[in-house]
Amino acid sequence: MSAVTHEDLHDHHDHGPAKGFLRWVFTTNHKDIGTLYLTTALIMFFVGGAMSLVIRAELFQPGLQFVDPGFFNQMTTLHALIMVFGAVMPAFAGLANWMIPIMIGAPDMALPRLNNWSFWLLPFAFALLASTLFMDGGAPAAGWTLYPPLVLQGGNNLPFAIFSIHLLGISSIMAAINIIVTIFNMRAPGMTMMKLPMFVWTWLITAFLLILVMPVFAGAVTMLLTDKFFGTSFFNAAGGGDPVLYQHLFWFFGHPEVYILILPSFGVVSQIIPTFARKPLFGYSSMVYATASIGLLSFVVWAHHQYTVGMPLAGELYFTYATMLIAVPTGVKVFNWVATMWKGAMTFETPMLFAIAFVVLFTFGGFTGLMMSISPADLQYHDTYFIVAHFHYVLVPGAVFALIAATYFWLPKWTGHMYDERLGKLHFWLTAISVNVLFFPQHFSGLAGMPRRIPDYAVQFAEFNAMSSIGAFIFGFSQLIFVYVIIKAIRGGQPATDEVWEGAAEHGLEWQLPSPPPYHSWEVAPLVK
Amino acid sequence: MASHDSYFLPHKAIWPIVGSIGLTTLLAGFANFLNGAAIGPMMMWLGAAIMITMLVGWFGTVIKESVAGWYSHQVEISFRWGMIWFIISEVFFFAAFFGALYYTRVLAIPWMGDEDSITNEFLWKSFESAWPTNGPGAIGGHFEPMGAWGIPALNTLILLSSGVTVTWAHWGLLANKRSQLIQGLIATVALGFLFVVLQAFEYHEAYTEMGLTLGSGIYGSTFFMLTGFHGLHVTIGAIMLTVVLLRSARGHFSPEHHFAFEAAAWYWHFVDVVWLGLFIFVYWL
Repeated sequence: MSAVTHEDLHDHHDHGPAKGFLRWVFTTNHKDIGTLYLTTALIMFFVGGAMSLVIRAELFQPGLQFVDPGFFNQMTTLHALIMVFGAVMPAFAGLANWMIPIMIGAPDMALPRLNNWSFWLLPFAFALLASTLFMDGGAPAAGWTLYPPLVLQGGNNLPFAIFSIHLLGISSIMAAINIIVTIFNMRAPGMTMMKLPMFVWTWLITAFLLILVMPVFAGAVTMLLTDKFFGTSFFNAAGGGDPVLYQHLFWFFGHPEVYILILPSFGVVSQIIPTFARKPLFGYSSMVYATASIGLLSFVVWAHHQYTVGMPLAGELYFTYATMLIAVPTGVKVFNWVATMWKGAMTFETPMLFAIAFVVLFTFGGFTGLMMSISPADLQYHDTYFIVAHFHYVLVPGAVFALIAATYFWLPKWTGHMYDERLGKLHFWLTAISVNVLFFPQHFSGLAGMPRRIPDYAVQFAEFNAMSSIGAFIFGFSQLIFVYVIIKAIRGGQPATDEVWEGAAEHGLEWQLPSPPPYHSWEVAPLVK
Repeated sequence: MASHDSYFLPHKAIWPIVGSIGLTTLLAGFANFLNGAAIGPMMMWLGAAIMITMLVGWFGTVIKESVAGWYSHQVEISFRWGMIWFIISEVFFFAAFFGALYYTRVLAIPWMGDEDSITNEFLWKSFESAWPTNGPGAIGGHFEPMGAWGIPALNTLILLSSGVTVTWAHWGLLANKRSQLIQGLIATVALGFLFVVLQAFEYHEAYTEMGLTLGSGIYGSTFFMLTGFHGLHVTIGAIMLTVVLLRSARGHFSPEHHFAFEAAAWYWHFVDVVWLGLFIFVYWL
């Protein structure tokens, strides 16, 4: 198989990128689009991060200091929406675009024009969402879950926020379709499904989840729109509807959504640990089956987010046991990562440090999830800072650490230059320590009863909140080192070899291409033995 | 010209960004309209015009490339998988609304009317659960539910027949009988638009004579949102089939290469199956 490129309808071979800004607007190249996604995600990470610093500044001391409660609520809502849809999801889509075609020996993504559109809907969606900040009544302030009736009582922002979600959903679905089609149809000869790198496998499962749940979320927010503007009664009990229906629809999307954020992280860590342990991944096939099991289970556990809302006892029991089952395949993964490191010839470059921190801290976040899966215990934890600590442990030292690890891991391949290892290690230690200063105390304030999503709190929680805020500012500003390291590596530095990491060529096709790879990678498909 | 075993990679895509601008203008216009801003409708028209331009331009490019023979077998497989997963995503969009119907009918409304439940005791004391209902607040006032055996039964017959005619057209295409292909497609498109016209009559009757509106509580909400989104999909499917019909008349398809026909036919069968679900759970039971 070879790749042929055409410019419009002329039979014209062009192997280099176009010039100027329009290159990025019209590009169909998976690497260009991957770079666009990753850059956007990094920018949105700082936008969402700035909002979280507004939150932490306000919470540094009890009492109202800097912002009024309405704006505080807008910040919590937008922080979550931007971090989930603007930072983590596009970052993983960027990694998928850059790496999947290279890792499976394909010339590009299967549907390159669609790929362009998947990305180019995002800036418009974020513009719609950000525009709400400047409207009467401000941005949505009912939390990222947009629960009715509260969300319906806001100002002019609702239709803009909903249409932004529609655009993000269209973008995610098109990206997911492209990824599935690429993996199904574009593999090099000999690259059988059970030889796929784990990152590719985890993204395949993630793409299935996206296609099945994003439309349900789109339907749910459409019902919010018609309830507010067209007189429907989906979530209005007086008309025979039920606000709890929204919660079911939302979490049917929302629970698979959190696995959409974490499964590609598992994939990244499963690429990095074998490379730096200089051993093959332990239990590859069990990793594949565990990923698929987590994907399947994610569809049947959603109401564990709603234990306190009122559910029949049978429902509480079912969702408790079903949720606990997820610990089994997740445990398989954690044990496999540990077993991969066992007696490995380990070195601890920055990507490996972040990957190991991921294994430890994500597992910790998983355990607090297990605590909350128990319905009667959850009545105590629900809507406290304990849940805030839980999901930040799985998303920050979980998903975000995996993204940072992936960036350090593949940056030499992308740019052709080694990054500054000394600064990378500094970034790691500052980040790993501050993230625990930031989120660990929230477990205690939560267990002591501090509710989430409030700008003010009782004096008894003051110490834990002060600690948390100090951690937040150190964490936030440490990330500037990350940006500096990336820019420095793009600008220059020690040239990277093709395999970048010692012995990496055995761990995947991406290490067999030059660093940086040519504009069109694998024009002639590699033969996979 | 691409050889048979090469994979076509377009070099430059101008239409996606046009689509983003058009869709955003359309939706921002709609949002402004909903908020009562005067600029809303104008933005919506502008956005819709840009979107139509984009669709014509993008599909036009793809059709030209297809006719030029640039799409290898492997490219067609990509298109097929793409269409299949797109239809699956559409199925799950409808699943949200079917889910709302089942949840309220099977769980929420019986709970509201359950004399042993606290909510019934304190909030909705006199409410007796039943279906159809517009809830304890009788939101939207008195209405008659839509029966299954008038227009809906006729529409079921129409859609099922159109499924037969599109398959007959496909057989004609495979046997290289172009007149059978074109006649089958004309019949399918005609039945499709007839369905939409009859549904418009049904809606008119509901609004003017039965008191049944989108605002008639949960019954009106689920009825109009489910059948309305379905009607929209029938319209889209009929437009797709119309394009396929025009392309058939120009001889774009061969027994070996006719992905566009199959994609439109799959989509048509999908709206057919959704309708059967609607007929059973919305109209009949």
